[in-house]
Amino acid sequence: MVDTVSSAPKAAAPPPHPIKAEARDFNFFYGDFQAIKKINLPVYEKKVTALIGPSGCGKSTFLRSFNRMHDLYPGNRYEGALMLYPDNTNLLHEDVDPIEVRMRIGMVFQKPNPFPKTIYENVAYGLRVRGDNNKRSLDDKVEAALKGAALWNEVKDRLNHLAFNLSGGQQQRLCIARALATEPELMLFDEPTSALDPIATASIEELIHELKKVVTILIVTHNMQQAARVSDYTAYMYIGEVIEFDETNTIFMKPKQKQTEDYITGRFG
Amino acid sequence: MEREKAFVIRRAIAVAKRWDLAFAILGVVCLSIALLTFMALFIDMAIKGVPRLSLDFFTSFPSRRAENAGILSAWVGSTLVMLVTAFAAVPLGVASGVYLEEYARKNWVTDVIEINVSNLAGVPSIIYGLLALGVFVYGLGLGQSVLTAGLTLALLILPIVIVATREAIRSIPVGIREAAVAVGATKWQLTRDHIVPYSMPGILTGVIIGMARAIGETAPIITIGALTFIAFLPPSPFKETPPFLSFEWLTAPFTVMPIQMFNWTSRPEEAFQLNAAAAGFVLVLMTLSMNAIAIYIRYRLRKNIKW
Repeated sequence: MVDTVSSAPKAAAPPPHPIKAEARDFNFFYGDFQAIKKINLPVYEKKVTALIGPSGCGKSTFLRSFNRMHDLYPGNRYEGALMLYPDNTNLLHEDVDPIEVRMRIGMVFQKPNPFPKTIYENVAYGLRVRGDNNKRSLDDKVEAALKGAALWNEVKDRLNHLAFNLSGGQQQRLCIARALATEPELMLFDEPTSALDPIATASIEELIHELKKVVTILIVTHNMQQAARVSDYTAYMYIGEVIEFDETNTIFMKPKQKQTEDYITGRFG
Repeated sequence: MEREKAFVIRRAIAVAKRWDLAFAILGVVCLSIALLTFMALFIDMAIKGVPRLSLDFFTSFPSRRAENAGILSAWVGSTLVMLVTAFAAVPLGVASGVYLEEYARKNWVTDVIEINVSNLAGVPSIIYGLLALGVFVYGLGLGQSVLTAGLTLALLILPIVIVATREAIRSIPVGIREAAVAVGATKWQLTRDHIVPYSMPGILTGVIIGMARAIGETAPIITIGALTFIAFLPPSPFKETPPFLSFEWLTAPFTVMPIQMFNWTSRPEEAFQLNAAAAGFVLVLMTLSMNAIAIYIRYRLRKNIKW
């Protein structure tokens, strides 16, 4: 794969898709249990990469490693490297503060999880954490984030209402706005529509399509149609390993591995 | 055949339901024992005490003549002591609870601490009195003062506040916690902006229930040497000259409601028994209204938090 490190003074023609992040020989352990086995995977810049696979295959575990969520719980251990480009930072390196990692990489969870605060404060929280308390700059950024999450028109008149009063789909878009407000370089989506109805799901998928113009996206999904609809690249995972990674069209039309084909055609999983 | 089957099923249900009924009756009986005992005591006290209640009763000092005696020094003392208790127990208890839940590593040391915090809640209150007599009265030289009493009761309810804090923190969903962490919050930001505010209803409920217990405590207060007869008030906390606040009352001698009651019940005259009943009635009302406030606060604060 192409490395985008700018060590060469005059690089050859730029690669078609620069890499934003990459797993290199990545292992992950819950205590003694190895949940991820030696994954190597690129995440292309401003593309959507989907992780699919049966329950328990480690796709969420892998996704959550990118913003060091596993650091919250004792007994978890990473091995190998998760690189973030262009600055060539290993997210797992001991000198890298997990807080910094989370400030650069946003995350949207399976269940909408707004804070019991107002809509405005939900979106502004990531900025406040960074020490941004200037009213005008916050106002602007909150508005931009809500527009980016296609929620502005629905909530602009009630920014001071509690976020819990929104519908499930709106709450999830609010959570996307919250992650978006701080302009992350990479956004992680952990089955973002699994708690939503089909209409809300469609609006989130549409949003993901829009978002990839500005941000790199890594998404875990249970739903293969969803992976086919929203992603440019797909990785099929099984028991902690990436079995196959390719452009989404290739994965769904002519997978190289028998196992991938079985999963995609619904014969297994 | 089918009919027979249905019959067998119905009979089995009927037998099973008899046990439902039996247990329901047992439950009601048990509940009534507790409730009726309390009601009997309370009503008896109310019948004896209520006629004695008047404005004078609240604004008079104790007296050797029962009809002139009042609970002024007792309720003022109780209020001031409770004030100290709240100011000491809330920060200590909440900080301890937050530390144990958020910061402390989960290992055997925290396990031992956890078990001991629960044990502390079961230590007889007079033991706290003895401890306070040694530490606060003599060790730190705080004397037999409002401050000593407040700190003693604060120690007494500390375990209740800690346990309530931890319970409240634990009820916060993991998703909310992860959401804050995911946008880059540090542990302190997580605690300050989310954990503590969202657990406030539970914490306040715990604090008030603790205070309702503390206001009726007699043994530790007697142990540290509260006065049983006192005909003056601690100095006012407010002054006319700057800085307008005075803390002299902290070091003043005092009495509290249950001690006043105890004093009166030990008198032979019938009239003092009536005074004791009236004071007891007031004390129970104070406790019940504190519980009512706890329920109200929980209801108000929980309205914005749905999980």
